Order: sequence, then C-alpha cells, then structure tokens
Amino acid sequence: MDKETLLDWYRQMVLIRRFEQRSAELYQQGKIGGFLHLYIGQEAIAVGSIAAKAEGDHVITAYRDHGHAIAVGADLNAVMAELLGKQTGVSMGKGGSMHLADVSRRYWGGYAVVGGHLPLATGIALAEQYRETENAVLCYMGDGATNIGYFHESLNLAGVWQLPVLWIIENNNYGMGTSVDRASAAPILDKAKAYGMNGEQIDGMNVMEVYETTQDCLQKIRDGEGPQFVEMITYRYEGHSMGDPLRYRTKEEVEKWREDDPIGVLERHILDEKAADQEALEAIDGEVEERIEAAVQFAEESPLPEPEALYSGIYVEA
Amino acid sequence: MARITLRQAISDALREEMQRDENVFIMGEEVGVWGGTYAVTRGFHDEFGDKRVRDTPISEMVIGGAAAGAAMNGLRPVAEFMTINFAMLALDQIVNHAAKVHYMFGGQMKAPVVYRAPGGGGRQLGATHSHTPDVIFAHFPGLTVVSPGTPYDAKGLLKSAIRSDDPVLFIEHATLYQLRGEVPEEDYTVPIGVSEVKREGSDVTIISYAQGLQVSLEAAEQLAKEGVEAEVVDLRSLRPLDMGPALESFKKTFRAVVVEEGHRGYGIGAEIVARLQEEAFDYIDAPIKRVAQDETPLPYSQELEQMALINPDKVIAAVKEIV
Repeated sequence: MDKETLLDWYRQMVLIRRFEQRSAELYQQGKIGGFLHLYIGQEAIAVGSIAAKAEGDHVITAYRDHGHAIAVGADLNAVMAELLGKQTGVSMGKGGSMHLADVSRRYWGGYAVVGGHLPLATGIALAEQYRETENAVLCYMGDGATNIGYFHESLNLAGVWQLPVLWIIENNNYGMGTSVDRASAAPILDKAKAYGMNGEQIDGMNVMEVYETTQDCLQKIRDGEGPQFVEMITYRYEGHSMGDPLRYRTKEEVEKWREDDPIGVLERHILDEKAADQEALEAIDGEVEERIEAAVQFAEESPLPEPEALYSGIYVEA
Repeated sequence: MARITLRQAISDALREEMQRDENVFIMGEEVGVWGGTYAVTRGFHDEFGDKRVRDTPISEMVIGGAAAGAAMNGLRPVAEFMTINFAMLALDQIVNHAAKVHYMFGGQMKAPVVYRAPGGGGRQLGATHSHTPDVIFAHFPGLTVVSPGTPYDAKGLLKSAIRSDDPVLFIEHATLYQLRGEVPEEDYTVPIGVSEVKREGSDVTIISYAQGLQVSLEAAEQLAKEGVEAEVVDLRSLRPLDMGPALESFKKTFRAVVVEEGHRGYGIGAEIVARLQEEAFDYIDAPIKRVAQDETPLPYSQELEQMALINPDKVIAAVKEIV
C-alpha cells in the first residue's frame, strides 16, 4: 500500500473516532437527542471496504451509520448538523443519527429496523443488474442481523437471482447485550453457505485486510460469480448505544480488545513501514481536531428546520 | 367502448405500462410461468421474458423490500402479493421503509413502487386468507392506498400508480375480478386522491369503495324502487383521502351511511364519520350509520361467512333507519 493511501486511511479512521467521541459529549450535553450508536472500534471496516469500492458501487447500512457516512465522503458539517437536528443536516434534520444518507455518493443511508435494509439492498442491486452495469452494492449489517428473517429471505433471493451484492457482517460480538453464541444457533459463516456462498472470515480490525478482501469480493461479483459474503470480526468499545449499562461484558475483555485497536494496528504498520513518523501522525490528529470543531461550530450555528418542514416531503407528488 | 372485466382492465394497464416504459417490471409469487394466481399476468412471461416478469420465492418481506430498493435505484417495479393477507408479512417494508425513505432522508430519494394485492372475503378461504385490512395500510402517511370498484377506475388508477413517484398500495377485491364495465381503448389515467359520485340521489349519501361500492350501488337500485334516491360516493383512494364529494353530497342529503368490507371497529367508516361531523356538523339530521364486517374472524362455512360480510340488504336496512 502506498504511503498516501495509508495516511488517508489513518486520517479517515481518526476522523471517525474523534467525530464519535465528540458526538458522545454533545449527547451528554443534551444537544443530540434520540438514540446514538457509536462506531468506535469498528472504523477499519467502513474505511477499508469503502476505499475498495468503485465510484458506481452503492453503500447501505444499519443505524450505526456515522462511520460509513464519513468514509463515503459525506460533508462532515452536514453530518454533524443532522445529529443536532438542524436544517443543514444531510437529511434536513428529519433523519437524525440513525438515518444519515448521501445519495449523491450512492450512500443510501442508515436504517434502524435490524435487517430492514437487506431487502432494499437486493433491490438496489437488482436495478444495477437490470441495467446491465458492473456496479455492486456493499450491504453492511451487524452480527445480530443474521438471526432475523430479512437476512434469510434477502440472501436467498440474491442467490436465486445472482444479484451483485457484497454482504458485509460487522461482527462486533454482541447484538445489543447478547453475545453471538447466545443468539446464533450456528456459526455465521455457515449461514452464508446455506445460500450458496463460501464466505470468508477476516480480521475487521486490520484496515489493509479489510481493503484487500473487499476488493477481491467485488472483483468476483464483477466477474459474474454472484453475491459474496464476508464476516469481519471487530469490537465496539462503547455500549450498543448511549446509556448502555454494559453489564454483559467485563472490563478485562474490553481492555484485551484494545490491544487490537484498528487505529493502533494501522499506526504501528505506518511506523514500521516508515510511511510516516509520529510527528506526521500527530499533525494529522491536529487537522482532524480542527475539522471536527469546525463541524460542531457549523452545526451549532445552523438554523433549526422551519416549521413547514414538518409537512413537506411526505410525498414526492404533493 | 369495450365491456371488459376488472381482471382484464388491470392486465391491460400492466401490459400497456410495460410497453410504454422499459423500467416497469413485475415481480411476485407465480406472476411468471404460472401467469398469476388470479390470472392477471397470464401471457406476460412469454411476451416480456424472465427479466421483466420475475417469479420470486415465497418471501413476502424481501418482495416488499426488493421492489422498494429497485424503485429507489431508478426502476418502476410492480410487485404482486398473492393476497393482501400475505402483504402483512411485508408491513415493515411497505410502511416503515418504502413509505418513509423520501421524508426520512430529507427528500434525497424516492421509492416509486406499486404493490398489487388482491384481498377481501366471501370466498370461503377461512380466517387467515379473507382479510380486508386496507385501513391498516391507509393509516400511515407516506404511503398511497387506492382500491378501485370498477374496471374503468382499475385501469386508470393502476396507470396513475405506476407513473406516480410515490409508493402505492393497489388493493384489488378478488370478488370483483369478473365484474364487467366499459373501458376505452385509448390511454387514460384516473387521478389518485380524487373521489367520485357514482350515482346521483337526493335522499341519503352512501360512501364506499371497491367491493363495497358495488354492494352500495345494488342497494341504491333497490331503494330507488321504494322511492328512496341514494347518492353513492366512491372514495377510490383511501390515502390521500378526498372528502370533497362526500361532504358536498352530505350537505345536500343530511344523511349518510358508510359501507366498507373491513371490520367496523377502527375502520374506514370511523374515519369518514369523524370527518363528516368535524366538517359538516350543522348538516347532521340523523345518526351517521356504518355498514361493515362483523367483529369476528371469518369462518369457512359459507352461511356463517356471509352472515359476517356486508350485503345490499344490510345497506338498505341502515338507510331505512335514517331516512
């Protein structure tokens, strides 16, 4: 991997992490409402996989969606403004944290019913197949989504119709507070096999591995090998959402996973490869800090939606 | 004008829209090789092929969502649920996804999908296959819900639905498939969200739609023989709901009966009666009546099932209580 790419990934991953940490503060100050699901610990997945996608490929995910929005390049100011429910937000303040989207970048957004976006992903892929393009859909979900009916119907249909979908499981070990082994009767990869896919399990804490695997999977899709499946093992250091009592895991477990911190893994790689020195990385951290503060300032100074917005946009055809 | 069945009218609308726009395609259980379980798409598979006439597995949730996703990404899917009873399996995709994405993402995307769903009771299909759950779907802003009561409206409304940029649930009452009516050869549409007076009268207003419309028209003919002239208003669309013609008629007759095939409780009738008293309170000369399905599951036995369903006699009895 060339130096610029590694540093770009580092920049994006730190940007996501600091964005999330800053969001948590704003939530605690009461400036962000509703539910807030942080992506801290999982940054390598959104950054590495989205780096591997072609311009025409689509991205769709669940409610832990800030990282994907930032990785596709959505305007950071507008993402932060959405969290604050402002008019200038990516979804004009109507979606909130769980419903960020940037269709101009083919990011169809975050969806808050577990598995609810999987059928949509098959449909988005169907439209590409129908038009005979080479574009694919990167559909992200948590481990918990593999237990819901949507998963099985969607993977089955994608298999029957050979739709260009890459199913990416972000296995962070827990569906809310229930661990995978308490919720899934079979290993997740076995479920892929049930629908005609070999599937692959990789280290989701390693951005290089995420990138390379995603690239291989997308190539297989474009080569006509049908839908692909990859399970990326990762960990969220924070709770499921803000206010999670975290009774289901030990501090020791969290600390152990911190040794594999995806930003730490990349940082060590950059330093080992001499792609940059500590000083250069700290300079990036500083730039990120400025961008985050500018986004917060933009969001705080942005106007609230006009009252009329409540009634507008319910239908395309008014 | 040719007199064709409502089934033929729907079939013609689908075929003509598929010929007009190559982004229109159909998908669903047995819509292809089988030709549709109600034979609406017979011959389509031969004419349009696998790509545009897509048999699906028995997977209502993904039928609902894949159609919505394809619509979001530029196609014009017409997804058929074998019956509206099965569409309830896809309720989350229809009301929580297709009907929400435009608003929820600040107008960035639209989902111009049509869901076709035959439904209704009266065919001895038992408790799980006989629902008229129209009101469940009509409850949610963001979804358009239409249900035609004549072949003319069926064809024109389906064309409007396919051309609409919004998600539309198109409910077909299965007992109306054989109903014949005049349908012009040339292309036309019937606007969504526009009610219509189907029979003029001055003594009482009967408000209904779909199969209830035909029951109401039959009742009106019999009432006419007894000297009672009923005006019959056809809602056609449940959401958006056009109360204009119903209110205008009520302000003339001062009496109304709402006829629907769904259950009485929390039904279409409840909504219409509420709107009449809110918007025309000073014109109420008698209690506004509701004729609807009894509050029981529908049984298999034909005699028992018919007892629970609406019919012209029940409408006539309700009218006679207030005129």
